[in-house]
Amino acid sequence: MTQTPDIVVIGGGNAALCAAITAAEEGARVLILEAAPKPYRGGNSRHTRNYRCMHHGPLGPLIDSYSEDEYFDDLLKVTAGKTDEKLARLAIRTSEECLPWMEEHGVRFQPSLSGTLSLARTNAFFLGGGKGLVNAYYRTAEALGVQVAYEAQVTHLEVEDGRIVWVDFTQNGENTRLTPKSVVVASGGFQADTDWLTRAWGPAAKNFLIRGTPYNRGVVLADLLDQKVEQVGDPTQCHAVAIDGRAPKFDGGIVTRLDCVPFSIVVNKDAQRFYDEGEDVWPKRYAIWGRLVAGQPDQVAYVIIDAKSIDLFMPSVFPPEKADTIEDLAVQMGLPPAALRQTVESFNAACGDTSSFKHTELDGVATTGLVPAKTNWARPIVEPPFYGYSLRTGVTFTYLGLKVDEHAQCSVGNRPVSNLWAAGETMAGSILGQGYLAGFGMTIGTVFGRIAGRKAAAHAN
Amino acid sequence: MQIDLIAEARRQAEVCNACRYCEGYCSVFPALHRERAFSDGDITQLANLCHNCRGCYYACQYTVPHEFDLNLPKALAEVRQDSWKTHAWPAGSGALFDRSGVVIAAGLTLAVAQLFALAQGMRPADGAGFYAYMSHWVMVAIFAPAFLLPLLALAVSMRSYWQTVGGGDVRLSDLKAAVVSAGRMRNLNGGHGDGCNFEDEDRFSQARRVFHQATLYGFLLCFASTSSGTVLHYAFGMEAPYELFSLPKLFGIPGGMLLCIGTAGLAYLKTKADPNLGAPKVWGGEMAFVALLFAVSATGLLLYAATGTAAVGVLLPLHLGTVLTFFVLTPYSKMAHGFYRMAALTKEAAQSRGLEL
Ligand SMILES: Cc1cc2nc3c(=O)[nH]c(=O)nc-3n(C[C@H](O)[C@H](O)[C@H](O)COP(=O)(O)OP(=O)(O)OC[C@H]3O[C@@H](n4cnc5c(N)ncnc54)[C@H](O)[C@@H]3O)c2cc1C
Ligand code: SF4
Ligand code: SF4
Repeated sequence: MTQTPDIVVIGGGNAALCAAITAAEEGARVLILEAAPKPYRGGNSRHTRNYRCMHHGPLGPLIDSYSEDEYFDDLLKVTAGKTDEKLARLAIRTSEECLPWMEEHGVRFQPSLSGTLSLARTNAFFLGGGKGLVNAYYRTAEALGVQVAYEAQVTHLEVEDGRIVWVDFTQNGENTRLTPKSVVVASGGFQADTDWLTRAWGPAAKNFLIRGTPYNRGVVLADLLDQKVEQVGDPTQCHAVAIDGRAPKFDGGIVTRLDCVPFSIVVNKDAQRFYDEGEDVWPKRYAIWGRLVAGQPDQVAYVIIDAKSIDLFMPSVFPPEKADTIEDLAVQMGLPPAALRQTVESFNAACGDTSSFKHTELDGVATTGLVPAKTNWARPIVEPPFYGYSLRTGVTFTYLGLKVDEHAQCSVGNRPVSNLWAAGETMAGSILGQGYLAGFGMTIGTVFGRIAGRKAAAHAN
Repeated sequence: MQIDLIAEARRQAEVCNACRYCEGYCSVFPALHRERAFSDGDITQLANLCHNCRGCYYACQYTVPHEFDLNLPKALAEVRQDSWKTHAWPAGSGALFDRSGVVIAAGLTLAVAQLFALAQGMRPADGAGFYAYMSHWVMVAIFAPAFLLPLLALAVSMRSYWQTVGGGDVRLSDLKAAVVSAGRMRNLNGGHGDGCNFEDEDRFSQARRVFHQATLYGFLLCFASTSSGTVLHYAFGMEAPYELFSLPKLFGIPGGMLLCIGTAGLAYLKTKADPNLGAPKVWGGEMAFVALLFAVSATGLLLYAATGTAAVGVLLPLHLGTVLTFFVLTPYSKMAHGFYRMAALTKEAAQSRGLEL
């Protein structure tokens, strides 16, 4: 960079790109500082697949309509009321005009993916997924003259008298200090910093897998919170789901999900069941299972199904363990064989009439007299071959973040920081206190990214 | 069939089947998502359905350095290439694919030299236009077998392919669907219509689609030109040379020009594209094939331009030599892809119709 940019955008995911593009279109000189190398640019956004969007009547790939109130109700259900209504409604209302904006800036949509028909009305799917979206935005941004520095990790923002006076970053082992007029923080949460996660959650967290990027380590977040910038969200909590235990430590993404729990029994490493596998349909339960697995010894669990169920769920990325007897399966999976046999047998004995089994809905086919009970889809595990998967806790994001107002602006106490805005995951706690609604992360990033970009440009110009 | 190539493509297909983000790009993904497990035949079919548009590489979150190491365009290109070798007839002739460049060069030298010798040694006493250099019957004696035998070889290959991928009875409507898909090069439109990724990483462009279709339609026009000439000759007793406003010329001149532009464009794009997203081993052979097609069209146009001059004596054997090489090598060069692609599209049309073949 030969000249100091007007605006520094920290991060290279969806929120950062929306901010950078918007600011550049307002005439500002923008520099993106992205911690990741180019092949890994785009943070967690590169793993996403859809965008939840309010709409009155068919819009792009979306069918029917999805009103503000319905959207808001859906959000309230998953957050148990821990939602900032003003900001949530702002995000929801603005989501509609964002979809054509996304298309104008290169994003392409596709019909709801096979296996996700239930989202065809509410969520617009990106053609090629989140990396396709991120690629398109980088092209658009670069055409607008936005500069991008990869492997550029921001280490410090100096807060003084209610404004950011400089930004420090390292690239290729070199430290650089910039003094932009405006700064947008869009560098995500801290879930990739396992030490921080362990301090927040407890020692179990060292065994958690991180579903997304290894670069969201919360460096900027910690730095700003240390300087008394207002925080929001429960610092001890993260959104976690149960994923394939063989997934890589980072960046396993969408393919590591396992949808077979409702048709299985799930045991811990002592081959004991610990929760009702059939409580509800999987999309409503997978986040609960992240916590449940985290509560088991060594933070691991094992899913056992039989030949009847193997085709009832989306294919897994790794093939399951497979054996002709429960004992052999136990040996393959490192479980005590006699104990597993015993658990399977007592489960089988508690199963009753399975004639009304229906895998697509809550069928009420339940166990009797078993603790814990299985309240739906309870069919005995008897038909070889038997299959097994291991499960671990996969962290999606953390809730702790920067508190912003409706202009995406940060503050110290109740005084705004005059040239600091935040967008995306790093401020999502301002809206989502707990839980998560599929596709809402991209909505927050797009809506607040654009607001932040506009405000930052207005301040700089 | 090389088991390791199939195994690698299968490994990647299983990742895609758990992901599905690329569903909208092309016909490969909907076909892939219909299966839970992939037989060798399934993988071979997916490979021949893939048009190497590369959309699914640049959009993939699991490409290197990620440990899943996805590169589906390459994995499928390797299987595709290998499947042509496996199904080549007569047995053993598939090895020619690996040395396409050398084979094309050698074939050209031989064919041109032979035709030169013929033109010199057996120059007819009379005859107009290029028949002044080579009699109609000499040409027929050379080109009829050079055209028909490769077609026979391809027919045997197609049969073998069809068995491998488990194709059933062929319905006319499925063939038609395949023709429409190839005719519009639908699988290179990216699903959104912006085109494919080829010459400039993840930028979508229509360049490859346009040049491919120029090549395809140019080729078909040239073929129509030759066919119409044959019909005029035998059915109407009208012999070459033909007027400018005759079917052979009306097809041939624009056809030749399209073919020239198309092949030149494809060759240029190929120098820009990342060879590692295809089958790198055959890059040279593919390039040689594109150059051969360019030579066919360029010498043809030159020949027309040279009508009535002494240059015809040189250009005629040159042109016929390129055409001969092209015909003879059709089953063992990149040209074979057209036949396998049509078979794969036909099978896909049948399956997406919901009929289990
Ligand atoms: C597997 C998976 C699937 C998901 N699917 C969906 C979905 O379908 N729909 C949806 O709405 N949400 C989804 N989410 C959530 C979604 O990913 C996030 O809500 C969204 O991507 C957040 O965007 P962002 O721009 O704020 O952060 P990110 O996209 O994570 O970007 C943060 C950026 O900051 C950079 N960075 C971090 N620290 C620094 C630093 N110190 N200096 C410089 N740069 C830094 C990172 O490299 C990164 O580029 C998914 C999440 C995961 C993990
Ligand atoms: S190529 Fe990559 S992004 Fe596309 S479907 Fe396969 S795994 Fe998913
Ligand atoms: S390269 Fe293109 S045609 Fe081939 S599978 Fe990928 S998206 Fe489909």
